[in-house]
Amino acid sequence: MPQRKRWQREYEQTPRRDADFETLSGVPVEPVYGPTDAEHPGVFPYTRGPYASMFRSKLWTMRQFAGFGTAEDTNARFKELLRSGGTGLSTAFDMPTLMGRDSDDPLAVGEVGKAGVAIDTLADMEELFADIDLGSVSTSMTINSPAAIVLAMYIAVADETGVDRSALGGTLQNDILKEYQAQKEYIFPPRPSMRLVSDVVAFCSAELPRWHPISISGYHIREAGSTAAQELAFTLGNGFAYVESAVAAGLDIDQFAPRLSFFFNAHIDFFEEIAKYRAARRIWATWMRDRYGATDERSLKLRFHTQTAGVSLTAQQPEVNIARVAIEALAGVLGGTQSLHTDSFDEALALPTEKAARIALRTQQVIAEETGVVHVADPLGGSWYIEELTDEIERQGLELLAHVDEMGDGSMLEGTIEGIEQGWFQSEIGDASYRFQRKMNDSRWILVGANGYTEGNEDDPPHTLYIDDAVEERQLKHLADVKQKRDDQRVAASLRSLADAASRSDENLMPHLIGAVGHCATIGEIVHALEGVFGTYTEGAWR
Amino acid sequence: MTLPLRVLVAKVGLDGHDRGARVVARMLRDAGMEVIYAGLRQTPESIVETALQEDVDVVGLSMHNAAHRALAPRVVEALRSAGLDCSVVVGGVVPDSDIEFLHQRGVAAVLGPGASAEAVAEAVRSAGADRADRPPLNARSRHPPATGEDGT
Repeated sequence: MPQRKRWQREYEQTPRRDADFETLSGVPVEPVYGPTDAEHPGVFPYTRGPYASMFRSKLWTMRQFAGFGTAEDTNARFKELLRSGGTGLSTAFDMPTLMGRDSDDPLAVGEVGKAGVAIDTLADMEELFADIDLGSVSTSMTINSPAAIVLAMYIAVADETGVDRSALGGTLQNDILKEYQAQKEYIFPPRPSMRLVSDVVAFCSAELPRWHPISISGYHIREAGSTAAQELAFTLGNGFAYVESAVAAGLDIDQFAPRLSFFFNAHIDFFEEIAKYRAARRIWATWMRDRYGATDERSLKLRFHTQTAGVSLTAQQPEVNIARVAIEALAGVLGGTQSLHTDSFDEALALPTEKAARIALRTQQVIAEETGVVHVADPLGGSWYIEELTDEIERQGLELLAHVDEMGDGSMLEGTIEGIEQGWFQSEIGDASYRFQRKMNDSRWILVGANGYTEGNEDDPPHTLYIDDAVEERQLKHLADVKQKRDDQRVAASLRSLADAASRSDENLMPHLIGAVGHCATIGEIVHALEGVFGTYTEGAWR
Repeated sequence: MTLPLRVLVAKVGLDGHDRGARVVARMLRDAGMEVIYAGLRQTPESIVETALQEDVDVVGLSMHNAAHRALAPRVVEALRSAGLDCSVVVGGVVPDSDIEFLHQRGVAAVLGPGASAEAVAEAVRSAGADRADRPPLNARSRHPPATGEDGT
């Protein structure tokens, strides 16, 4: 059947938004353009988009990531968001929580509640979601190494408040592989970490059918300095590694793959980014079908969240960042993203102020409501440049994927772990970021305000958000209170049972984690118990 | 002829964003300095230990996580109480309003986002100049670079 026919069938089955699909001057606009036998959106390999009607049916989700201070502070922000009509909560955790350390850990000094909310025990999680019906919101939690522990806390809160586990909806980032490659928030070595990821996937697949257990993230790889093709290849490679790992744990591919989602960067090279998203969808669909034998269409469709590139922002003349973010966000939209976070213009200076965060959201609304780019699916498809660039990035991506496959003797999972242990990913990314920096130093690439057009750099900086140190004191007192009230013997017993289970590779750790957090074991104590079995990871020598 | 400056590049605290530290380490090497890259999750104590073993002139701290107010002064204190006179330079996301605070607590220079390779090298050179002119602290032998430290 020609692509156009299959597209037509899909398109007719989907409801459309109530909107006028015409240009500003009244010219009627078709839902898609191109020859009938060319690629179409919603049709394999989905280069032009996962859905036939794209934004005609549903705009992307405008999901802004936030979190600061104590659980109580963030809870107030959540409730305000829900009152103003939001249904999606997105949680940023502070650095100690992300590293599985308690707020009273000596290494946590100065970082408690600074870049996100501090979570030590179930008591903090209860406060974070106090008076919020977990059965009716969707919660995104951006955390990786201790992801299983935080999910266990979320489930424990649902259990306590009488919300059925099957009603829980949301996303856990839980993408440990890119931590070793780029963001470097690892605790355990790669293999036991992968076991934790698989345990979460298996548990969610059995008990939390509405939950997205992994968000496979290229964002951090790009921010660490990779090229677009490296971001694409390493992210998809990690995705295939998770697929292999879950299949090896006995899951059926079509049972979990529809719940996998992706997270990409939107950098400043407009066309290259659009080509990257198109190539990513094509490779994912092809490999999932042909290499892994997935048959459910939803397993083949790559759906992704986008965030504009924090690394592209300047501290100099920060207002100029509003223009950068608009261009990057537009690339995400034209590339067919399912949800989008736009950075605030002051992010090279500090956490965003409320005003800066509002401008960032308004930028998305300008694209959605004013520009008309949402009327047509993949409006750049068929451009000679875009199609050529899509093919080229696909080619470069496949070459990198082939190297990973080779390192693993035909296993993407083994190749990825081997590449991490050898430092291959890390040095590929490091070399790319160094090459880019050299280009800037030699003025072969101009970053406005940094190495060119610097008049105005001396202007007063904008007002920025300041988190005071009182947050740390409040959190420490809170933790001490919880520790005093809990039953230490039950904590110790639950940690022993967790460690026992960890030493048996065939046992799913989630029920044990839910048990331990229920007795108010701290995140640090749980990590410590697991470290006793799993060991810890340190990065090898610098290459 | 003066010996090349020896610079320790490190991240303290839990933050893992090491792009800046890695790029700066290579830039300083390009500028002719000897760079010891300590990498992630260093503590004031581990920095003192490495600074002592490697006999460094300058300690460069990369900070992106709002912990600079708590951690940078601790590193300076730890170095001084171990009797080390090396200078401390901080680079990363530091609000202008905190720069004076860090200077007062003994940080020699603060480099913000977007600083050029020349500006970084110059700040490190001038922070280290002070010490390089002085006689050796303890017979100042120059060790060959440790393995894994060359930029290949």
